[in-house]
Amino acid sequence: MTTAPASNLLARLGRFIAELPGAPMALVERVIGTSRMAYVFILPNILFFGLFVFLPIGIDIYYSFTGGTALFPSQRPGVGGLQYHYLADCKNFYDPSSCREDYFWRGMWTSLKFTLIQVSVMVLVSLATALVLNMKIRARGFFRAVYFFPVLLSPVVVALVWKWILQPQGLLNAAIVGMGGQPILFLADAGWAMFWAIFVSVWAHTGFYTLILLAGLQAIPRDIYEAADMDGTRPLRQLVRLTLPLLWPNLLVVLVLVTIRGVQTFDEVFALTGGGPGTATMMIVQYIYTTAFASQVPDYGLAAAASVVLGLLLLVLTLTQLWLTRRRGAT
Amino acid sequence: MKISVQRGLFGAAFVAALAGSSALAQAATTLHMMWYSDGNEGTVVAAQIKDFEAKNPGIKVVLDQVPYKSIQTALPVQLAAGQGPDIARVTDLGGLAKYMLDLRPLLPDAAQWDANYGPFLNWMRLPGDKTSIHGYMTQLTITGPFVNKTLFEQAKVAMPGAKATWPQWAAAIKKVAAAEKVPYPIAADRSGHRVFGMILSQGAKVFDAKGNPAVVDAGFKAGAKMIYDWHQQGLMSKALWGAVSGATYQGANTQFANGQVVMYESGSWQISQFAKTVGTAFDWVAVPTPCGPANCSGMPGGAAVVAFKSTKHPKSVAKLLDYLASPAVISAYYGKTLSVPGNLGVAKAGVKYVGASPAAAAALKVFGDEVATLAPVAYELQGYSKNKIIFDAVISRLCEAIVGQSTLDQAYARITSDIAHQIAAANGK
Repeated sequence: MTTAPASNLLARLGRFIAELPGAPMALVERVIGTSRMAYVFILPNILFFGLFVFLPIGIDIYYSFTGGTALFPSQRPGVGGLQYHYLADCKNFYDPSSCREDYFWRGMWTSLKFTLIQVSVMVLVSLATALVLNMKIRARGFFRAVYFFPVLLSPVVVALVWKWILQPQGLLNAAIVGMGGQPILFLADAGWAMFWAIFVSVWAHTGFYTLILLAGLQAIPRDIYEAADMDGTRPLRQLVRLTLPLLWPNLLVVLVLVTIRGVQTFDEVFALTGGGPGTATMMIVQYIYTTAFASQVPDYGLAAAASVVLGLLLLVLTLTQLWLTRRRGAT
Repeated sequence: MKISVQRGLFGAAFVAALAGSSALAQAATTLHMMWYSDGNEGTVVAAQIKDFEAKNPGIKVVLDQVPYKSIQTALPVQLAAGQGPDIARVTDLGGLAKYMLDLRPLLPDAAQWDANYGPFLNWMRLPGDKTSIHGYMTQLTITGPFVNKTLFEQAKVAMPGAKATWPQWAAAIKKVAAAEKVPYPIAADRSGHRVFGMILSQGAKVFDAKGNPAVVDAGFKAGAKMIYDWHQQGLMSKALWGAVSGATYQGANTQFANGQVVMYESGSWQISQFAKTVGTAFDWVAVPTPCGPANCSGMPGGAAVVAFKSTKHPKSVAKLLDYLASPAVISAYYGKTLSVPGNLGVAKAGVKYVGASPAAAAALKVFGDEVATLAPVAYELQGYSKNKIIFDAVISRLCEAIVGQSTLDQAYARITSDIAHQIAAANGK
């Protein structure tokens, strides 16, 4: 009986707080007019993006045209396009060892190789998982949680767990030796290191993309499948002719997200292999980080130029996604 | 009106109290000291800092204990941004010299520093600087091998003697590893000092007649090929050097302490750690650096506590360092941390090592004796302010050859061009 006044009080307090911006907003509306109020609402976001996205992009571009080892822009001499010239100074772009900045090109090619394989595997595994989890199977909720669980882990934790499994005296080698085999240097062999970098990445993130595809599958009306069943359409044909075309928007989103993430990959692979053996798993982002922050003579200008190139690459990927989405919408 | 007056008085009292507490806070100078430890160094220096604070109530020292990796990667960026600590324990003495504070005008007895730390002060100076005092040595380090003696005994293989060569050691270790199924017959830290600790004995000259780096010569190639061949033969496991890229440091102390290594090329700073981690699990010994055609030299090095120009309290910093570097305090530090002394007076008087096991005491003697066998080029390389450029280039490129990404000849060419580019960049060209 005593809770009614309290809830009333809370409701009034809530209303008071909600109405608090009313007066100043009305004043602003009177001054600038209703049609311009949209700018007021997006102003906080613009400020946030301006400060933490656009300003750093501008600084990065500026740095890419400067040289020297000084950190502050005012102390850095302008060098024009010299940093870009260094990056492009190659006899043969397919052979990084012929380039002045061989690590940049090794990073580019490794990122490309990693992305191509990882995207294909990730999309296929996510799709297969989503299709299975969309079926009426026992303990479906449990399995959905199991596949999503690795997404909740920090990339560094994921990498460390797998590092312990894969090291020479790790769990996997213990199992191999237990079965009478010889231990394998999984992280010290270029081929194996790349395989496990891709495997761990797929293991860690497939749950997220499965979720997107699962949402798409559940949005497909059931009556389409019922009609197909009545027509006697076989399951494989249903998948190819109905499910995949209707799932295309979600697949496109997954494809683009995985691709962009693949190009940006750093933390997981860096913690797992350190970019080794040699430079076998050194991605382009690691090159940028090393050049700017882990080199004895920090080359902020060169690192900035490399990140501008990477940014342009990501821009092309994003525009391609937009183009594909709009093209699909138009048709 | 009465309420307003009361509020006003209360507000004034509050502001006065704030101002008072702020003034009190300002009276105590706070110094930040960044510190890494190989063994118990952090614990020992923390106790000495407490003693200093008790004698100097106006100065408070915050000891930020960080991993060695932070000293190598995070500290240089902080210093470049002018955001570094007041003091730090560092090993890249020449590379960070441009950020260091000259303590000479602030020290009450600079002559004491010259007399005791003289030869090492030059390692912390920029080229051409002959007078600055930037800090003191917390340890002099000598690279050299630790050997798992128990494995030799179990395999019934005789340990090579004091003047044995690298190939003689390699042959003996091969037999031990085969008999005892050891995964890492020879291990070495992934570090420039350790690589040159093996390469100098092969006759590498490192510098030309004018003192400019000329790293790749016949001696260097012989040493690099020896390390390359050991990896291809399985005497050195690719799992250690191959597991990372670039110039990233990678130790093998855990593997040695676990009895998985026959010979571990590392250095004197590991003694206190092995005394604790190995304990009585097996017998370990430090042995003199094996010989090559040119000499039996390892590499000198060390860690120093240095002050930085960015400090706002130079006088307090000098006071603290003068205390920690004083003969009595530093002698106690060397004794408790089982370090080779980097103070000539203390070294001459002898250090009383506290609680050193017989193995640790013997190892300290071996490394102490090694000082006399160091080649002049080893000191020249250590004293070269841009030596880490050489170390990083050698580690990165040699490792790429070892894991099959390039040939040794390609690695040599890249080492030469990397060093030239980086030195030009460091000189602002």
